[in-house]
This record gives sequence, C-alpha cells and structure tokens, in this order.
Amino acid sequence: MQNTHIKVALLGNPNAGKSSLFNALTGLNQKTGNYSGVTVDRYEGKTSFEQNNQKFIFSIVDLPGIYSLFPKSNDEEIACKTLLDEKENIDTVVVVVDATNLKRNLLLATQLIDLKFKTVVALNMIDEAESQNIKIDINGLQETLGVPVIPVDSRHRVGVSKLKEAIVNANVSGSFFYDLNADFISAYKTYREFIHRNLFNLKNDVEQSFENADKIYRFNTINYLMAKYVKSPAQLSRKKISSKIDAVTTHKIFGYAILLAVLFLVFQFIFYVSETPMSWIEQGFLQFGNFVSEHLPKGQLNDLLVNGVIAGVSGVVMFVPQIAFLFLFIGLLEDSGYMARASFIMDRIMRPFGLNGRSVIPLISGTACAVPSIMATRSISNVKERLITIFILPLISCSARLPVYTLLISVLYPDSKFLGIFNSKGVALFSLYLIGFAASLITAFFLKRFVKIKETSFFIMEMPVYRFPQWKSIGIMVYNKVKVFIGEAGKIILAISIVLWFLSSHGFGKEYENLQAQKEKLQTELVQDSLQLINVETELLEQSYIGKLGKVVEPAIKPLGFDWKIGIALITSFAAREVFVGTMATIYQSGSGENTEGIKEKILRERDENGNLRYTKAVCWSLLLFYAFAMQCMSTLAVVKRETKSWKWVLAQLFFMTALAYGSAFAAFQLLS
Amino acid sequence: MSTLAELKKGQKAKVLAFNNDALKAKLIEMGFLPGEEIELSKTAPLGCPLAVNVAGYELSLRKDEAEAVIIDLVA
Repeated sequence: MQNTHIKVALLGNPNAGKSSLFNALTGLNQKTGNYSGVTVDRYEGKTSFEQNNQKFIFSIVDLPGIYSLFPKSNDEEIACKTLLDEKENIDTVVVVVDATNLKRNLLLATQLIDLKFKTVVALNMIDEAESQNIKIDINGLQETLGVPVIPVDSRHRVGVSKLKEAIVNANVSGSFFYDLNADFISAYKTYREFIHRNLFNLKNDVEQSFENADKIYRFNTINYLMAKYVKSPAQLSRKKISSKIDAVTTHKIFGYAILLAVLFLVFQFIFYVSETPMSWIEQGFLQFGNFVSEHLPKGQLNDLLVNGVIAGVSGVVMFVPQIAFLFLFIGLLEDSGYMARASFIMDRIMRPFGLNGRSVIPLISGTACAVPSIMATRSISNVKERLITIFILPLISCSARLPVYTLLISVLYPDSKFLGIFNSKGVALFSLYLIGFAASLITAFFLKRFVKIKETSFFIMEMPVYRFPQWKSIGIMVYNKVKVFIGEAGKIILAISIVLWFLSSHGFGKEYENLQAQKEKLQTELVQDSLQLINVETELLEQSYIGKLGKVVEPAIKPLGFDWKIGIALITSFAAREVFVGTMATIYQSGSGENTEGIKEKILRERDENGNLRYTKAVCWSLLLFYAFAMQCMSTLAVVKRETKSWKWVLAQLFFMTALAYGSAFAAFQLLS
Repeated sequence: MSTLAELKKGQKAKVLAFNNDALKAKLIEMGFLPGEEIELSKTAPLGCPLAVNVAGYELSLRKDEAEAVIIDLVA
C-alpha cells in the first residue's frame, strides 16, 4: 500500500469547537510544542485514512482561534503567520464553522477560500443546529463556496470519516469573495499576496482601510448567502435557556454567591483533595529512593541519584495532582460557558488593580499553589493583565508557606489569646494570608502604571451558550498541561535541585573530609538516629558550601535579626519553602524533620552569644514576613519562565519580591525590637 | 449623537459609525456592521462590562469600548 502525507491546518473562530474536532480527529496522538519566542502552545496531531487501497497520513496543526486573517492579538498573529509560512508546507486548510453562529463564522471561511489553499469547510455543531430548527441548505452553500461543506458533530465524533475523505479529495475553490474592483487588488496580484504583505510587512493606514472594506464587502455577500441558504427561527430556544440561566449567574447577589461557591469548591480540591495523591507520590519516591540507596553501592553516585535526582523528580511530580485538579475545573468552567459569566461579573471589580475578570480563578487557586495558577493565566487574553496577574501571584500565601508559618507562629504564641477570646495563632495566620492578598493587589495597582505593552488588547469576548462539558476533551487538555509542565518547567526544577543537593552535601577542607569519614563510619555501624550521628550531620551541613554561604550572607541578613543558621535555611528553602522546617531540624539537631515539636522546643531555648533568647517576637515576625513575600520557590520561577518566555520577568519578579521581603522583614525587626 | 454605552437593557439600536480605528477594525469582524441591528442584552452588576446581541450571538465588551460605537436608537 502506498502512503501519502498530507499536512492539514485546522482553523476557525474561538468557540467553533475547533479543539474538540482536533481531539476527535487525533485522539491522544498529539504532540505539544512551542512556537518560538511566544507563549502560544503548538498542538500537532496525526491521523490516517484509507481510500482505494491507498493510505493517507494526515499531520494536523491546530492553530489558535481567529476571527479573520487580520490578527488582533499575538495568538491570532501566530495562527495567520503559521498558515502562510512556506516552511510549514500546508497542503489543505480545514475551516471549522459553528452551524449555530454561521454569519460571523463565514467571514473567516470566505477569506481562507480566497487564499486558494485546498479547503474543506467543517460545519460543526450540526446536531445543535438541527435541534434548534436551523435549516441549512448544505448543497447550495457548497456550490457557492466552491469547496466541500461537511456537516460534523465533533462532540459526538459524527462525520469525522466523511471529513477525512473530503480532506483527501480537497480542491481549490473557483469562487472569489473579495472585491475584485477594490484598490488593494490592483496593488497586489492576489488576495494571498495582500494578506501576506499585511502580515509580514509593517502595517500602514492605507491597509487598515482595506481591511475594513474587505470585511464589510464580505459581510454583504454573507448576508445574502444567509438569506438564501439558512432558515433560522427568530429566537433560538437554546439562547432563551442561556439567558434564563444568565439571569441567575450574572445577578447582583446570586451571581456572586454562585461564584463564591464555585471558587470554594476549586479551593477545596486543590488544597485538601490533592493532599492524598501528593502524599502517595512523596511516599512512593521516598520508598524508591530508599530502595535505590540500599541496593546500589554507597558513595557519591548513590547520593546524587537518591538525594539529587530522585528527590528532584519527586519535587516535580508532586505538583501533578494540583495542576490536574485545577485544569480539570478550568476545563469544566470554560467548556460549560460559565467562565465567561464569571469574568463578566468580576471584571469591573478586578480592573482598578490592572487585573481582569479572568484573574479571579488563578488568584484563588494561588492560595494553594502558585505553580498551576500561573499556568492557568493562559485564559487571560489581554497580555498586560496576564503579565500583572503572573507577577503578583507568588505574593499570595500558598500551602508551602503553611509549615513555615505554623512552626514560627507556635514559637511566637505558644499559648495565648488575642483580645481575650480569639486564639492568637489563628489570628496571626489569618493576618499573614491577608497581608499576602493586600500586597498582591497593591503591587498590581502600581504595576499597571509601569507596564507598557505595545499590543492593543480588548476585553471583547463571546458569551457562548451553556453546553454540557466534554469529559474527553477536558481529559486530553489536562493531560497536555501536565505533560508540558513536566517536560519544560520540570527540567529547570530538576537542575536547581541537583545544584542545591551538591552545595549542601559537599564542602572543602580537612575538617569536612574528617566529618564525612566519621559519618560513613557511624552509618556502617548502623547506629541510626543516634545522637552522635545527628551531631555529625549538623556539623557537616555547617561545613558544606551552603553552610559557608550562610555565614557569607550573615552580614546582609543581620539587620533583619537573622544569624547564619537562619541564613542556611533561607538558602536551602529556595528549593521549596517547606524545606525550611527540615533544615531547621537538621541545624538544631532535633533529628528527623517530621518532628515539629522537637524543633520548636530547641528554637524556644536557643540563645544568642549574649545569652539572650534568639527567637524574639521581632525575629519571628521578621522571618514570617520574609517568607510571606520572598520568592523562595524555584518551581514558581521555572513556571514563570515557561509562561512568559523570558528571563526578564523572572528576574524582575525575583528582585522585586526579595526587596519587598527584605524591606518588610527589616521594618518588622527594627520596629519590634 | 449617542453611543452603545448609553443603551439601556433591552433597547435596540443600529450601528452607524465608530470613533476609534483599532476598535472599529475589531468590532467589524465581530459583526458590528454599519446598519446592523444590535440589542443590549444585559449589563454586569457594577454597570460594566455590557453584553450585546449582535449577528445572532452574544458578545461582551467593556463600557469604554462600547463608547467607540456610535448608534441610532431603534424606536
């Protein structure tokens, strides 16, 4: 059998069901990649079709949704440029149109037909059009457009093989839908040349007027086509139902109550339900690490594998449950149409802070973890508002800060009441969350004045009718998100954790080597957890590169009330904030890091060189504020890099948050002591 | 001369012109053709954004964006 390869570009309006058709065509046979230099994911998939003893292999590129060939955002520009990029070698264009919203969708279809690619029109949501009593004369439409029009129902995978057959037999349309007498066509020989120049050359005002003239001319033709081939009832029952639901979901009281309930549910899942699979992952990797550690010869390589690589990979995989749950919810909310309503009622509230109605979900899920939340900002189409949301997200207190807060607050207020009735610990913890939210909103408020983005963006979006979500499509989306996170952010996280492992487990000088030898001797004697071993481990950490670094940074952190021991914990917890507790345990020789009570007792008794208590109120609050604001999280940095495609934003964020943390810790220490 | 931002819920109007070039290009492709009938379907609880029925579907836009659309009320 002969194999023929066909490269297909899938295009269509947002909400036309393009992604669901892509999933129906390719299933899990997809590859996610990147367009160079931009934050748009590239989806490519494969499928095949047999005809007359010939096998056709399609590679399909799912391009971002566009409304016309005149891009209005970065995503749209990528879609248009990729289509016309000669290196892409697009053979056939499939344009997905929504049968229940034909008028607007046909604008793009006629433009694509005029580019003179081989074209197939996929008339999607045909089932819905039928149930709404919309009658479309498909043959008439097909004859006028000059290309096959294939009715499909991507949600139920109806018409998919007919569509494949049409792709194999696709042709270039003989019809022209642009104004043959228009001025621009005398300047450019073909419509494709006009669009090509418009996309790849600098735009000027003359072409802007061509753009509007082109669309108005097309819509006039489309109005005629609609009158001739489409019979639609005056009001669609589906729209009536949607507007009844909207009366509740965008109501000034019920609307916010429902949103609050939805956010609460999302919060519960990311915060608490994720905990169980996360602890399985942690335990699984721990067991695996122990197994490897026991079965491989002792030494450097063993240590690197167990404490560097396996621990690092575990730190990456640990995020999977939270990412999966968050994107599952986002998928459900987007697919059902609710997300558009949530951002509709929240936009005015978020806007004074330079944020967007769509910033709400990421901000709430940020209280669990900044990593999936930053990934979720993709749905904010306004570039400036998206960047501001990403920038302020890590200021919101996440769950990794909880162990640090818990330890320090229990040192601060072992047992006391606030205003006689409230538990002081609870009040302190609540204040820290509040401080985080306040800091993020204030930062956003100022940032919106400083961030200058060239792209003009709008908050013009479709309010789709409510639909039942599609589990399969959401599943594929969640799978792709997890894959991208592990593949891209995972690499950076793994690299940093190996560096941190090296710095904390290596040192130089005679003393270090002696300690190392002592430790190995104790270990071979199998005196696990003995006081002697713990003492040696503490000393080893002090003598390691990180220990030395802690002493180097001591002068810098002295004004905050921190000593070199805290300095060590600050450096190690760059891997993840909760590492702070484990490091404190090692430093204060309380043995295994699980025992918070043990560390607490040691910390409470710790005295400085003058015999005064080390952890005063001033030091504790200084440390708490430092952890509330500092960018102590390499995973967040890795994800910001991946989502902004630039180290500039990563560094700006790191610098700003460190400065804010330092400043507020300094103020707290100086004021309280 | 009134703009889309002044329309009340349930009121219908015809699109006449635009007073902002960038918004004009965007809104035309979304179906805001001169002469097209539009209807304000709802406003968000705080008065912004607005939702408009146009070209057979519903679209939301911010109030300052709606100010770019010059309309003629349909009685």
